[in-house]
Amino acid sequence: MSARPRSGLAAVAPFLWLGVFFLFPFFLVAKLSLSDTALAMPPYAPRVDWSAGFEGVRAFFAALDFETYARLTSDSLYIAAYLSSLKFAAVATSLLLIIGYPIAYGMSRFPPAQRQALLMAVILPFWTSFLIRVYAWIAVLKPQGLLNAALAQVGLGPLNILNTDTAVYIGLVYAYLPFMVLPLYAVLEKQDQSQLEAAADLGCTPSQAFWRVTFPLSLPGVAAGALLCFIPMVGEFVIPDLLGGSGTLMLGKTIWTEFFSNRDWPAASAVAIVLLATLVIPILLYQRQQQKMIEAAQ
Amino acid sequence: MTTTRRPRLNIGAVRSSFAPWTDPALEPLVRFEGVTKRFGAETAVNDVSLSIYESEFFALLGPSGCGKTTLMRLLAGFETPDAGRITLAGQDLAGMPPHQRPVNMMFQSYALFPHLSVEQNIAFGLKQQGMPKGQIADRVVEMLELVRLGGLARRKPHQLSGGQRQRVALARAIAPNPKMLLLDEPLAALDKKLREETQFELIALQQRLGMTFLIVTHDQEEAMVTADRIAVMREGQIVQIGRPAEVYETPNSRYVADFIGDVNLFEGAVTAADGKVVKMATADCPAGFEALEDDAVSVGSTAWLGVRPEKIQLHLDPPKEGPNRLAGKVADYGYLGDWTTYVVELESGRTVRAARANASRLVARPIACDDAVWLTFAPDAAVVLTR
Repeated sequence: MSARPRSGLAAVAPFLWLGVFFLFPFFLVAKLSLSDTALAMPPYAPRVDWSAGFEGVRAFFAALDFETYARLTSDSLYIAAYLSSLKFAAVATSLLLIIGYPIAYGMSRFPPAQRQALLMAVILPFWTSFLIRVYAWIAVLKPQGLLNAALAQVGLGPLNILNTDTAVYIGLVYAYLPFMVLPLYAVLEKQDQSQLEAAADLGCTPSQAFWRVTFPLSLPGVAAGALLCFIPMVGEFVIPDLLGGSGTLMLGKTIWTEFFSNRDWPAASAVAIVLLATLVIPILLYQRQQQKMIEAAQ
Repeated sequence: MTTTRRPRLNIGAVRSSFAPWTDPALEPLVRFEGVTKRFGAETAVNDVSLSIYESEFFALLGPSGCGKTTLMRLLAGFETPDAGRITLAGQDLAGMPPHQRPVNMMFQSYALFPHLSVEQNIAFGLKQQGMPKGQIADRVVEMLELVRLGGLARRKPHQLSGGQRQRVALARAIAPNPKMLLLDEPLAALDKKLREETQFELIALQQRLGMTFLIVTHDQEEAMVTADRIAVMREGQIVQIGRPAEVYETPNSRYVADFIGDVNLFEGAVTAADGKVVKMATADCPAGFEALEDDAVSVGSTAWLGVRPEKIQLHLDPPKEGPNRLAGKVADYGYLGDWTTYVVELESGRTVRAARANASRLVARPIACDDAVWLTFAPDAAVVLTR
């Protein structure tokens, strides 16, 4: 160990990172969610009275309670926002799979030289700011936007898409497509062509070979892509805020409203904690999936 | 691995009664007629005609890139010929996709389905044939016994050793009972000992099933041991077809002689040929060379004499003057356990390889480097090659 002094720091660095940028903020938010709103700056209580010493810390802990969480369960608005977020994420994930799978499959069947270019085409939109790309959709979908102008040319429309759930789905699918395509492409591209030949040799038509061999073998990619999209989409804020209507209920928006409009920091924190708690299961699933893929690759 | 009693094998001379290719009335199972396949500017298979008969164990032998695998893939349907015709049991295979062809292939990489267990892999082709579930289960058990994988039915491919995977691949290809089994370098991934064992298992299997096997290999020993007939390929063409012993003992070209086994080649001018014996002039032996005339050679032409190392006798005392006698000194030797190979440098500077079986235990080496030695070989031990 002493021969390689750097390995000590290298081993600690990830934990340090996690501690500073995840655990510490997490405990701050958790503490906030157990506080009460107050007309103060910052707008919550209790706060630790350091001048009272140990007594002050004890009084602080005594004042923490789960009242805010009780409020969340009793208010149907929160439950509705919660379920609505899960629905948005689930439906968008399904759409992404339906759209992303053929794209990834098609890419993986091109000759290797052209695959690089196609891969670049998938990644290229990332070079533009996410916010600008979402704003661009406003320009496309708004009543006098590009879509309706194009439809008018062929005597159709106008469609009223902006500020509806449909617009949110379009935005979600658009923004998360690379996160679906890339893991799918990674597994499909690795597929041993001789396995497809073996399937054909054993009596499979090309479509039977796909369903009996290619698709089952791509399931780790399907799981990785689905979780990689589903997890962040549940808490998505920018897309529903910019493209959705006043009726669009999503947790990201709820948190924003509680925090900035209602100045109810404890409620916003409690919603965030509940969101995190629900996502722990899919996150763990994703981690396990990644682990399996790494082991399988070895 | 438990040692089961091996059925008696008909290999080599014992199976010499099996020679369907000598019967002109017999219809071959597979017929390649003038088959050519090009990849871009490269011609992988060049105007190949070949017949393979029912129940035959046929080997395509050649170095990598000689077109042997392409020839097999043309039969399986993974490649389409640019010219020529392939028939199977009298039926033209043109335009028939791989999944409809009644042949199965064992892939060099095995190409097992990693998401399926051993039994599911073996059942794959049977399911595709629409066999009822009960029959599939019986057939899978039968196949597992055939390749001695009884206890491993539920394992996944990644939980198996290389040798076990090889046998799963074999069982999977045999299960649908194809008209012909294609084996693409089936033993290449196994270590030497396992490979030798498996060669004999393949022969036993082939004879038990009576199935026609076509094996592609670059390993001459593998082809010699397993096959009834060998086709030696070079640059997309078949240069010689024959029984292993024919190809080894009477190669028809320097290429075949050199590719199959070790050979010493001497260039010389033909001085006499009477239909039985060929005489050649050479700088290495004042009395010249004498060899049997298998194919007619013309006097005055250049020819090559091929002599296998194990057919050369090594002498420490000078034998009497005469043809087929070479003098030199030992430049090097390699002790292989069962054999010792001597590299003898002739006065002309060229080297000749001679092999001696180590019939008795090596106590003291009777022959060492720089010893003067004489080499002789019988006229029927050498073969005259004209190309």
